[in-house]
Amino acid sequence: MEWIFKPWPWYIGGPMIAFVLFLLLFFGKSFGMSSNLRTLCTICGAGKSTRFFDFNWKTQQWNLLVAFGAIIGGWIGMHWLSDEIIVQLNPDTIDQLHQLNIKSAGAAYMPEELFSLHALTNPKVLLSLSLGGLLVGFGARYAGGCTSGHAISGLSNLQLVSLYAVIGFFIGGLLMNHFLLPYFL
Amino acid sequence: MFKSEAASWFRIYEMFQFQSFHMYGIIGSALFFGVIMIQFIKKFKLKSVFGEQINIPDKDKSFYRYMLGGILFGLGWGLAGACPGPMFTLIGAGFLPILVVIFFALVGTWIYGLIMDKLPH
Repeated sequence: MEWIFKPWPWYIGGPMIAFVLFLLLFFGKSFGMSSNLRTLCTICGAGKSTRFFDFNWKTQQWNLLVAFGAIIGGWIGMHWLSDEIIVQLNPDTIDQLHQLNIKSAGAAYMPEELFSLHALTNPKVLLSLSLGGLLVGFGARYAGGCTSGHAISGLSNLQLVSLYAVIGFFIGGLLMNHFLLPYFL
Repeated sequence: MFKSEAASWFRIYEMFQFQSFHMYGIIGSALFFGVIMIQFIKKFKLKSVFGEQINIPDKDKSFYRYMLGGILFGLGWGLAGACPGPMFTLIGAGFLPILVVIFFALVGTWIYGLIMDKLPH
């Protein structure tokens, strides 16, 4: 049982994601996390401003439950199933991040320079997190899905358009990662 | 998500630097089983627990929305290091600044809804 407290290797995590996809299909649903963002907009009353949000959000309750499950899963993973929560990165990655002033690389789960409460007092961090969120939310809806909807469900269903979307994800991600990120950290 | 470290900003950074197989292994193995599963479901016309045939709708045929939306999503993914699923995981794990990311992801979704008719799809 020792292994359960260690970080799980990819060949555990990947098949577990496929199992979630199986469960959702088996219950006649689909796997797509970013749809929850649309549903949450509707719950907040966005249906009054535009018809895109004008639908009965109760039909999406099952998906909100999936998101709620992800929250619970995060809590259990953090509090019950971990003895160390340090991500073992490639040493080259750690060096690069140290040069970008992300000193917590190799010593934490998330970069403290971005995801600690203290970091939030830095206006630049606040701007980066806000812009990141804005792009993820806007892009996911424009592309009609996110990593779960396109890279997992869509590609599993051999949808050509999901391949376009995933190629787009990587064009954007590589552009940010290799050229723009230093300006945002 | 949390335990396989797919929710870690560091892992996303490392992935885009092509310095680890980890994230590719997660997505690749999920896909491997996903493709087999969906082919199996389609071939044998499996029914869901409710007795209806499992129907996986094809996505709309188009190019621009997927490529342009994908690139914007990717820019955000590379910056915030979290896609919508792990965002929820990170709330549970107690990394509260993710709430800022989620709030603005909602704002982004809402802006899309407002201007969608003016965008090329």
